[in-house]
Amino acid sequence: MKITLDHVTKRFPNRNKKIHEDVIAVNDFTFEIPDGKLIGLLGPSGCGKSTTLNLISGLEMPSAGRIYFGDTDVTDLPAENRGVGLVFQNYALYPHLTVLDNITFPLGNLRGAEKLTKEQMRAKATEVAKLVQISELMERRPSELSGGQQQRVAIARALVKMPSVLLLDEPLSNLDARLRLQTREELARIQKETGITTIFVTHDQEEAMSISDLIVVMKDGVIHQIGKPQEVYDKPCNLFVAKFLGTPPINVFEGRVKGGKLYIGDDAVLDVKLAENEADGKDASDKKSKDGEREVWVGIRPEGFIPDENGPLSCSLQKIEVMGRDTSVVSTHPAFAGTTIRSIIPSEDTAGIGGETVRFRLKPAKVCIFDRETEKTIEFTQP
Amino acid sequence: MKQSKYKGWLYLLPAIIFLGVFMVYPLIDVIVYSFEEGYNFVSQTSTGTGLYNYRYVLRDTYFVQALKNTFVLVIITVPVSTGLALLISLALSSVKPLRNLFQTVYFLPYVTNTLAVGLVFMVLFKKTEYSDGMINLLIHFFGGETVDFIDGPHWAKMLVMCIYTVWIVLPFKILILTSALASVKEDYYKAARVDGTRPSRIFFRITLPMISPMIFYLIITGFIGAFKAYSDEVALFGTDLNSAGMNTMVGYIYDMLYGNSGGYPSFASAAALILFAVVFTITCINLMVSRNNVHY
Repeated sequence: MKITLDHVTKRFPNRNKKIHEDVIAVNDFTFEIPDGKLIGLLGPSGCGKSTTLNLISGLEMPSAGRIYFGDTDVTDLPAENRGVGLVFQNYALYPHLTVLDNITFPLGNLRGAEKLTKEQMRAKATEVAKLVQISELMERRPSELSGGQQQRVAIARALVKMPSVLLLDEPLSNLDARLRLQTREELARIQKETGITTIFVTHDQEEAMSISDLIVVMKDGVIHQIGKPQEVYDKPCNLFVAKFLGTPPINVFEGRVKGGKLYIGDDAVLDVKLAENEADGKDASDKKSKDGEREVWVGIRPEGFIPDENGPLSCSLQKIEVMGRDTSVVSTHPAFAGTTIRSIIPSEDTAGIGGETVRFRLKPAKVCIFDRETEKTIEFTQP
Repeated sequence: MKQSKYKGWLYLLPAIIFLGVFMVYPLIDVIVYSFEEGYNFVSQTSTGTGLYNYRYVLRDTYFVQALKNTFVLVIITVPVSTGLALLISLALSSVKPLRNLFQTVYFLPYVTNTLAVGLVFMVLFKKTEYSDGMINLLIHFFGGETVDFIDGPHWAKMLVMCIYTVWIVLPFKILILTSALASVKEDYYKAARVDGTRPSRIFFRITLPMISPMIFYLIITGFIGAFKAYSDEVALFGTDLNSAGMNTMVGYIYDMLYGNSGGYPSFASAAALILFAVVFTITCINLMVSRNNVHY
């Protein structure tokens, strides 16, 4: 089912009674989640991801705005009437019930014409158990299950009533690294097989990128960017999104654009032509000093560096970390905004690297330019 | 390694001595007393050993009365007080404003002295030359006859006794149950809500099983406590419980040890062991039931 959030805002009264200003957990969200897709809500902790999920589930009511499932307005519907399946971060499996009883619990709530017999419930539970591959665990108690198994039971319980929307709050955060990898693929598979619109919350960008059809990047209750994972990675709309996505993170330099060239320090690294019709183009022209110079942030993805003896960017080499397939070159540059530059280079191209300095050429597609003040992306082309 | 073995015993010694002197020795002594016939405290002599003490106690009408009273007290007050405490705790955990005030009010009996509470009950129930007591005033208001709750019919006295006992054990149970209710994670309720679970089903399928260990704890300690009732009876009916017909098993044991005729340690010991057997049996039954019903 298609889900639409229309200018949804959620305010909480401030815990600190002296401050009368409300805490805005979700600020004016407007986005549409297409039917049958897997969506990742991504952002650092405290950015309002879980609140967004609770708003969609109906556990929280929005302070303003409307929420639509398909074409129906569900804003005023309580959670029980929305038909959503919710998987909690700690799974919230009932410890005194067996796996089977946990899974059939939501079915036991059906009344009237929808009421099911014990056999029908069992049949449905068996069906979803097969889907999430826990058929052999039906008689166990949650305490006798591993974290990954509990996770599957929680998903089965959410799926058994065939919800129109499946919501998962940090579904993988309680699992160890290996299980996480395995479970996220599992999650993608289950979503594909059922075709249920699924929204999951995570702070792990890798997790979100790897399985989502669409990711929503949030910070401080504001949506920064929505798009396909690769698009958001390649064309972040601002510095925050660029920094948040990708491991190792993007390398950010202080730079400037002058006379059609992009400078990092004194090295002219690229020929660029800034798009003039960008959103804040008007004040951008004000910011240009008299000789047409413009201060910017330059973001370069770790894989955007090509070692080249005659390359324009010269960095002082710190160390080389061999990781097998790739090699990570750690270096410094005076104009670098952090401490060390990390570049990832295919191991076969590292022959020439050594000594005090290392010189790089840049892949233009892996370079992003941001306004120094607004931190918004400035589009550019190569002449 | 050998030295550390002795060391361990050395550390245990204070506890062993303490328990030995004040628990194990008296326990054995009581068992011995209960089988010694005609034991005399002063001369420290007995006429023989046998089951006479048990036979005497079990035939003593006062003991039978005490046994009946105790059982009535246990059977009425334990379920009533536990159920009431559960209702009050549920109410307390669902109201937000004034919760602290109510919690304090409900906790007051716990910190109040038994005899002081007895005094309050006197005001409520006792018939004096000047007044029939508050409860009788209420009964009059609704057009009823005066009932003498303190010196009147046995059922009236028993009623006061039960109300008193329930009232005095309530705060502790409320305290335990409110914290048990608070410890049930909010996520369980949220999960149930998303699934559209009715409040009654949430209570019986989630809340109750989750707090069942605490409920069984309260029932078992409640049973034991009620079997050991004595001071509350004294607070209401004075020390001569036998003539008031309100004696309990512990009261009977006390009277046998120190009562006006003074000093039948053998009878007291026999009665104490009978009490022990009763409490032990009931507790075992309780544990067996709870094993089948408390799930985790």
